[in-house]
This record gives sequence, structure tokens and C-alpha cells, in this order.
Amino acid sequence: MTVTEERTGAEVGRDRHRKEDARLITGRTMWTENLSLPGMVHLAILRSPMAHARITNLDVSPALRLPGVVEAFSGRDVADMQGSLPCVWPVTEDIVMPDYPPLAVDEVRHTGEPVAVVAARDRASAQDALEAIEIDYEPLPVVLDMEAALADDAPLVHGEKGTNRCYTWVLDSAAAGTGDDVAQAEADAEVVVRRRFIQQRLIPSFMEPRSVVVDPTGDQITVWSATQVPHILRILLSMSTGVAEHKIRVIAPDVGGGFGGKLQVTPEEFIAFAAARRFGRPVKYTESRSETMLSGHHGRDQIQDITVTARRDGTVTGISAKLLANMGAYLGIITPGTPLLGAFMYGGIYKFPAYRLECTGVFTNTTKTDAYRGAGRPEATFALERIMDELAAELDMEPMELRRRNWITHDEFPFTTSAGLTYDSGNYEAATDKAMEMFGYDDLRREQAERRASGDRIQLGIGISTYTEMCGIAPSRVLGQLRYAAGGWEAASVRMLPTGKVEVVTGTSPHGQSHETAWSQIVADQLGVDFADIEVLHGDTRTSHKGLDTYGSRSLAVGGIALVNACQKVVDKAKPIAAHLLECDPADLEFVEGQYRVKGSPGAGKTLADCALAVFTSHDLPDGVEPSLDGDATFDPENFSYPHGTHLCATEVDTETGRVTIRSYVAVDDVGKVVNPTIVEGQVHGGVAQGIAQALYEEAIYDDDGNLMTGTFVDYTLPSSADLPDFTTDRTETPATGHPLGTKGVGEAGTIASTPAVVNAVVDALRHLGVNDVRMPCTPERVWQAIRNAQGNAQEGGDRP
Amino acid sequence: MIPVAFDYSRPAGVDEAVQTLTDAGEDAKVLAGGQSLIPMLRLRFAAPSMLVDLGSIGEMHGVREDGDDLVIGAMTTHDEVLKNPLIRAHAPLIAQATATVADRQVRHLGTFGGSLAHADPAGDMPSVATALDATFEIAGPSGRRSVAASEFFVDYLTSALEPDEVLVSVRVPKLAGWGTHYEKFNRVAQAWALVGVAAAVRRNNGTIEEARVALTNMASKPVRAHGVEEALAGAPATAESLAAACDHAAEGTEPTSDASASADYRTHLATVLTRRALESAAGI
Ligand SMILES: Cc1cc2nc3c(=O)[nH]c(=O)nc-3n(C[C@H](O)[C@H](O)[C@H](O)COP(=O)(O)OP(=O)(O)OC[C@H]3O[C@@H](n4cnc5c(N)ncnc54)[C@H](O)[C@@H]3O)c2cc1C
Repeated sequence: MTVTEERTGAEVGRDRHRKEDARLITGRTMWTENLSLPGMVHLAILRSPMAHARITNLDVSPALRLPGVVEAFSGRDVADMQGSLPCVWPVTEDIVMPDYPPLAVDEVRHTGEPVAVVAARDRASAQDALEAIEIDYEPLPVVLDMEAALADDAPLVHGEKGTNRCYTWVLDSAAAGTGDDVAQAEADAEVVVRRRFIQQRLIPSFMEPRSVVVDPTGDQITVWSATQVPHILRILLSMSTGVAEHKIRVIAPDVGGGFGGKLQVTPEEFIAFAAARRFGRPVKYTESRSETMLSGHHGRDQIQDITVTARRDGTVTGISAKLLANMGAYLGIITPGTPLLGAFMYGGIYKFPAYRLECTGVFTNTTKTDAYRGAGRPEATFALERIMDELAAELDMEPMELRRRNWITHDEFPFTTSAGLTYDSGNYEAATDKAMEMFGYDDLRREQAERRASGDRIQLGIGISTYTEMCGIAPSRVLGQLRYAAGGWEAASVRMLPTGKVEVVTGTSPHGQSHETAWSQIVADQLGVDFADIEVLHGDTRTSHKGLDTYGSRSLAVGGIALVNACQKVVDKAKPIAAHLLECDPADLEFVEGQYRVKGSPGAGKTLADCALAVFTSHDLPDGVEPSLDGDATFDPENFSYPHGTHLCATEVDTETGRVTIRSYVAVDDVGKVVNPTIVEGQVHGGVAQGIAQALYEEAIYDDDGNLMTGTFVDYTLPSSADLPDFTTDRTETPATGHPLGTKGVGEAGTIASTPAVVNAVVDALRHLGVNDVRMPCTPERVWQAIRNAQGNAQEGGDRP
Repeated sequence: MIPVAFDYSRPAGVDEAVQTLTDAGEDAKVLAGGQSLIPMLRLRFAAPSMLVDLGSIGEMHGVREDGDDLVIGAMTTHDEVLKNPLIRAHAPLIAQATATVADRQVRHLGTFGGSLAHADPAGDMPSVATALDATFEIAGPSGRRSVAASEFFVDYLTSALEPDEVLVSVRVPKLAGWGTHYEKFNRVAQAWALVGVAAAVRRNNGTIEEARVALTNMASKPVRAHGVEEALAGAPATAESLAAACDHAAEGTEPTSDASASADYRTHLATVLTRRALESAAGI
């Protein structure tokens, strides 16, 4: 039955304060680090100071003699039981997949790699004891640069593999039959623009450091972890260590942010698991911020060679991207696949007939990379939106006009791109028009012209990013085609309690996304119960046995639909019972505003609570009806979710110092229908801030020996609110067509959109001075250097390409 | 993350503090606001055997007038300095620079004396004290002594303080009729200066009578820009003469190249920022 839709709007769409706020904002909640169990010991991990070396001697016994120390072990001690850390995305048949021992056994391949563990009665003693461990290294040659790593005589990160090339993955629209041939497009092109862009390495900076507690004393081994992926962690712990899945329980209590950084199955989780099993007592490990930065996975780190071909009138005929993607030293859970999450997005919102993407994964002696907010799509969107501006400059065309000429118009949906995706819905014109008006686009262009004419010390730049992205991960069949090891479905259960209250179990695992609030809003509408009468349960494999967790803006886009379907089952199951109570034919009933009523008669009906009580007593149920109203649903999407929007950024660039100041930032996003506007706004603000951070502030830097030079927040310059502008945000609403909620993912949109908007604005401010690129992050020094280089070129009479 | 274990003492007076330091030997360290020292302990870059916490020594807190000078207790926090009416009236340069230090939390704990004793060339207070010709009042086993700013800062994280000495207070001259400005350039709001410039200018109508300029983070210790000062003495108070004087801004500096900035860029910034600081201080 579909009548529940009539209630839509009561809770969905409403600005509810978050149920989670009180406990999360005051910090009075169960973080993993708060947990203390009887007999628990604390782990400290010794990490390699070398980027590449053989371990020639390792003796933990001196540590054992220190006060408070209970146990200590090295990789060799647990070699047969620690398991190998899993990578679940072997993107090609011939991918090189090295062993990944949680504790290094013979060789270390990046600084920060765990080599030994101490367990002590308190954390301080464990930390002290690390200094007593005796370890000798024989240095091996280090390779950090991707191009150098691919050279014939390069030092090898994994000697036994004979190569630093992890894989090469190709998507070619001509070969796939989804579009034209890029080589032909280039041969026929009137204009060809090529650029190399560098996606610097970033460090996910979630608020709560990662922490894990393992209790081996019960019937099940219980693992608490500050993770985004409790379900995946359970399966992979089981598959990698051989401990049976039903003997492991994983709990993700409240988790303080992740941004992809906790979409990982970590060496530390495996080490704690091995330690607890070895000691037979509970263990806890909580990393320091410096350990997060050193050895938690990093994000981005690509070299992108982009070619775009066009006609003089601005019609783009093709795009091709050749990527080098830095894997780091090992493959984490989806390291190889992360760049490929962007592989289909180099055409963005445009109708480019020819498309080619080639991505080569490269091993280096650095910390592994993996998912970081947007994962692959920020890189794609950046390259695309940057080169659109470069093409506009080449054609001497207003950059927004160039975009208009090439984008899919609202009446062309659904639209299948040359990368092979089918976008269900969108309205790029509407979002852009709204954004341009709010931004005052024409006025700013006028001011820009005046400042250029007067040679003002402060130059104004306008940056555009008209983006779309694919999220709502993911249709299981597509994942299978991409050689991903799992599906993309999501599960939900609704339990009707005897008193009419509701427990909702979700397989998603929120770590800041407010599922408890949003899921309550959805269920309130679906079942006609009060928002306050709904409890959302998550993050414990004992309560929520089935789920694929939270990442890729999937929770609402996939899990939300499972939830609606589960509610539908409850409503369907209660109907014969309500009919029985009302002494009528079920076919005569409709479910409106939480009541079953006889169609056409507005008199008293029966609520779900009435039915729940009737089921509880089961004294008088119709014959053959099961005494349960509970509903379970698993939903596998047929398509991805394609939010889109237009972001506009105005920067003021101090041409003397190179400092970039964002003067205004307008984001108009279309995420389809919205469950809670405040939550969406929060996602956009945080996302935009994170994208700006890549454009202007953040970069992980290694020295020539492979030491991380940005290992604290003193050197890794994370912006705070003091560095960011006020954001002006608004929305257009083009519902998703594939499912009943009409929602699209919003978790990553801001990050995907904002980086190119900012860098385009920086370059736009300086283009008349001869600048056509600034490498990220656009630090004052890089901007100053770019201006200086351009002036130098101008003086030499040279013209930069 | 977790420091090596240490002993802790909290003396009630300066003499007791000096005695405790003397008894404890070279490995003891003074603890003021802990905003520089504690991070070093946590990262295990330092492992003192004892911390001598100056937090209970009343004599070391607060700001008082002494004739033509202000005397600022070393344990006066950045936040107290910022709010102090005597500082605002007679040494606004200190307040201007202090307002740029870190964030509220750090300013509530970190101390004026601690940031001078720490002698970090990237810290904002050392160049301010240098520009103001401050005098450092120090207590040690053999009594008290005074050291001029030009002698106090010796090298990177090294001051004239001996391990058993305590910086008690800092004496700065009241500046009547001067304009002042602290110009700081950093990557993010909470970061240390890539380069900073402390400037004070005394004008007589259209003429600059005297200027004092000191640079943050342009060498292993604060640098007084004597060349700029000399060029400005008696110069007309115009943008052109300021700009001309700033050609001397980087003289005598030895900036480092590191992950945050190259020496070249720091040198460029020194010139630009000195001009801006002087323009603000001189009201041009
Ligand atoms: C996040 C952050 C950002 C910061 N940003 C800035 C900034 O932008 N600009 C800036 O200038 N500073 C900055 N600081 C440093 C801050 O100003 C500190 O307050 C200052 O560096 C040290 O002062 P303290 O009182 O905390 O000293 P402590 O950390 O307690 O001590 C520092 C050193 O000085 C010695 N010492 C302290 N007091 C005395 C004394 N009276 N006699 C003898 N020796 C003494 C100690 O033994 C120690 O070696 C920042 C700090 C943090 C944590």
C-alpha cells in the first residue's frame, strides 16, 4: 500500500534539533576511550622511524622488566595469528597485492609503521617501556615520488613483487561503446588544452582519535572501535584471522567524526585483537594525534594529466585523464579503488562525447592512502572544473557561458554520459541562476575589471564550480563489475514495542551525521508515531546484525530507503489486525496520519499502537496472522545518487604578499528532497570548509628520507572558523527519481564542489598578470611565486602556455 | 603524548624557586603557563627530572608603574596583559602583539615571561621586547641582575637565563606620544608568525623623529632593524620615505627555509610587512 505518502511533510522537511546534540556537544557519552574493563591493559605501539629498512634485531624483553609492564611482543611473535590486513578492492585482474602484516615482521616500508607492542597496567608505563625495546634497522633505499617509482631502476617498495606499479585501470568510451574516441576527437579538435594538476596529500583530521578496546573474555570476542564500519570490521577480522564470525561482536559507540579516515580496518585494530587473544584479557589502544597523522591513512595524492578537446565555439568534444595515484606502501581496505570512485566523473555535468580515463596506482614508501571525504570525486571535479576555466581562457569566453554550452539541460534527463552513468535528474540551470543572483556575479565582474584597470594591490577573482557527483554507494551489481568484494545494499528493521513505541535498527553507522534524528523523522511520518517515541539503534553487530555502514553519502540514499521499506512492511502487517479490531474488511482500510480508518469515514480508527498491543497480548488476532508487527528490509539501489550544484567563490588576492582571502562564498546545492534542512546545512558548511582547506591550507609533506614533516597541527595547517568566510547557502530541489524519498546524498558534496571554486578564483584574480595555475594548497608563498614567475616571463617576452 | 615521569614542586616565593632549582640541578625546568613546555614534554623532546611551577609566586604576577617604566611580572598571562589598562595606555604595542598570540585558551594559560624565556624566534613577544628596549630582571643563586633585551636573546630557544635562574619581571619604558603597530603574517589564525614586525614611531607633525623596528622569525633571535630606524630618523612622514627606508628591512637577518616558507619569501615579507607596520604606526 502506498497511502503513507500522504503524511509526508509532517516531520520530513522539518528543522528538528538533533537528538544527539546534548550528549555529543557536552561530550558526556560513550567514546571508546572512555571505556574501562576489569583487568584491562593498555597498549602502546613502537613505530618505525625509517621509511624503508630491514629489521635486523628486535628484542622486546628489556621492556618486560619495567614496572607496570605485563606483556610485549613483536611482529615475529604473532606472525602466524595476526592475519594480513585486507584490501577488498582488487581493481584489476593483474593488480599487485602485497602482504600487509599489522605488525611489520622483517621489513618496514613507511615511517610510523608498527613494529612492536607493549601492554602495561597504565598507559604511561606502556609508553615509557617503548623506549626500552631494542631494535636495529638496516636502511633500504627509499622511493617517494610516483614518477621516480615507475622508472626502470627504481628502488622497490615490495622487492618480491618486482615492480612499484600496483595496477593500471582504463575506461575508454570508444572501447566501451558509450561514446566517441578521444584520439579521434583530438585529431579533429580546433582547440586542445592540456594541464597537469597535482592533488596534494591530505590527512583526515577527525576530532576523536581512533581508539579500540577488545575484550576476549566472553563467549564472543567484543571489539569496541572508533570506526565508521563496524559490520565490515567484523567480517574482515573474521576472514583475516580465522576467528569465526559469530564469535566476534563489534561495537562502534559514539564516534567523533571520520571523513573516510575511519573507513578502514586498521593495523591497530588487528594488533589489539591479536593482543587480547594472546593475553586472554581486555586491552585498549588509543592513538595520539601524531600517530593519527603519521600512520592513519591519508587522502588524495594524485598527479592528473588532463586533455580537453573542443571546437572554437566552445563545444567540448572530449576529455581524457591520465592519473598517477599514490597508494603509499600498502593497500588499505579500498586504497586501489579510491581514485576510481572518481573515474566516471571527469565529465561532470557536461555532454562530452568522448571520454577516456587511465589510472595507474603506484607504491611508494609513504603512509597508505585511502578514502577521504569525496574519495576520487573531489579530484575528478577539481581537474574538470579547473580545465573548463583554462579552456574558457583559451577561447576567451566567459567561463560560465562555456559551461552553459556544454551542460546537460534539465529536459534531457535521464541522461547517459559517455562514462556510462545514467544521471536520473537534475537542473543545473536553476541552481546556477540562483547562485549567480545570490553571489552578485555581474557586480563582482565589474569590480574585478575596475581593480584590474587601476592595478589595485588587491585583485579580485571569481571562481566557479558547477559540479555533480555520484554517491549513494552503491548498486551491488555495479560494485561486482568493478571487482569490489562486497555489495552496496543497506538494511533496516523496525520493531513495534507493546506500548506503541518504536525501535529502529539501522545498518548504517553514524559518526556525526545525525541519523538518530533524521531516521526518527522518516519513521514518524511513515508510521504516524511521535518523533520522541522512536529510538534509533546502530553500531553494534549484536543489535544490528546486518549492514554495510556509513561512507560515500550512502546512509540516507540507501539506508533511508531500506528504512521506508521496513516501515511499509509494518504498516502492511498491522492492516489485517486493525481490520479485525475495527471489524471490517482490510480492503476497506486506509492508513492516514497514523490511523487505519475505513475509507471515506472519518470516525475513530486504530493506530499502530493499538495493533502493537493487540499483537503483544495476541488474545484476539485473526486466524493465521503471525503475532508480530516487526518489519525488516534490505534495499539494493539500482543507481547511484547524483546531487549537484553551483558554488561560486570570490577571493581577494594580495599581490604583494600572495595572501588569499575569501570574500564571499555562495553554495546552491540540489540534494533532492531534504529530511532535515539544518542537518543538510551542517553537511554543506563542513564539506565546503574541508574543500577550502585543500585549496588553501592543508598538505602532508615528506622530507627526502620519507619523514613526515607535517606530523602535528603546528605544521599541518588545518584552518579553523577564524580562517573561513561566512557561507551563503541555499538549495534547489530536484527529487531523485529512483526511490520514494526523493533524497540525494549530501555528505561529500561540499568538499567535492568547493576546492575548484576556490582555486579557480585564485587563478582568475591573477590571470591578467599571466598566471594560469597555482599549485594546491595555494599558500601565500606559492601565489607570490606564481606572480613573480609570470612577471619574469613577461619581462623575458616569453608567453606561458 | 605522555611525558616521561618528573617530580613537581610549587614554591611560594622567588628565593624558594631559585633554591629548588639549584638543589635539583641542571635537569630541572621552570614551568610557567606550560604552553610551550608541556607540548615538548608530551612529544618527549624534553625530559626534565623536575618541574618548578611558578604559579603560586605572587610577586611575579601583574603590572605596576615605576616612574617612567612599566614593570610586568613574568607570570602575568597573555590574557591579563591584553586586558591590563596600564599596558593599554603605556605599552599598546605589547597588547597589539599579544592579541595575535594563538587563541583564547592558550592566552589564558601562557605567560608574558614564559614566551620571552622560551626565546622562540617565531614567538611574538621577543621582537616586541626588542623593539621596546625592555630590561629583564632575573633572580639567581647569587642574587638579582638585569639584562638588556639586546643581550637577553642569545640563539634559537636560548636566552641569557642560566638553568638555576628565574625571570622575575620585565621592565619596559612608557611610550608617550608614540604610534605603534604589530604586523603579523601567518598561515592560519592560530599559527605562529612566518614573519612579524613590531614597530613604534614618534612623529612631530610631518617628520618622523624616531622609529623602532624589530622583526620576528627573521633569524635565530629577534632582529632590530637598525638600518630602517636610521633611515627614518628625521625623515618626512610620507609613504615614499617609509617605503625607501624599508629597503633596509632585511639587513642583518638570517631567515631559515623550512616547510612553512622559504628564506626568499621571508625576506620579501620582511620588507612588505615592515612598510605596513610603519604606515600603521605612523598613521600614514
Ligand atoms: C596552539 C599554540 C599556539 C601558539 N601560538 C603562539 C603565537 O602565535 N605566538 C606566540 O608568541 N606564542 C604562541 N604560543 C606560545 C605561547 O605564547 C606560550 O605561552 C609561550 O611560548 C610560553 O609561555 P608559557 O607561560 O606557556 O611558558 P612555559 O611553556 O611554561 O615555558 C616555556 C619555557 O620558558 C621557561 N620559563 C617560563 N617562564 C620562566 C621564567 N619566569 N623564568 C625562567 N624560565 C621560564 C620554561 O622553563 C620553558 O623552558 C602558542 C602556543 C600554543 C600551545
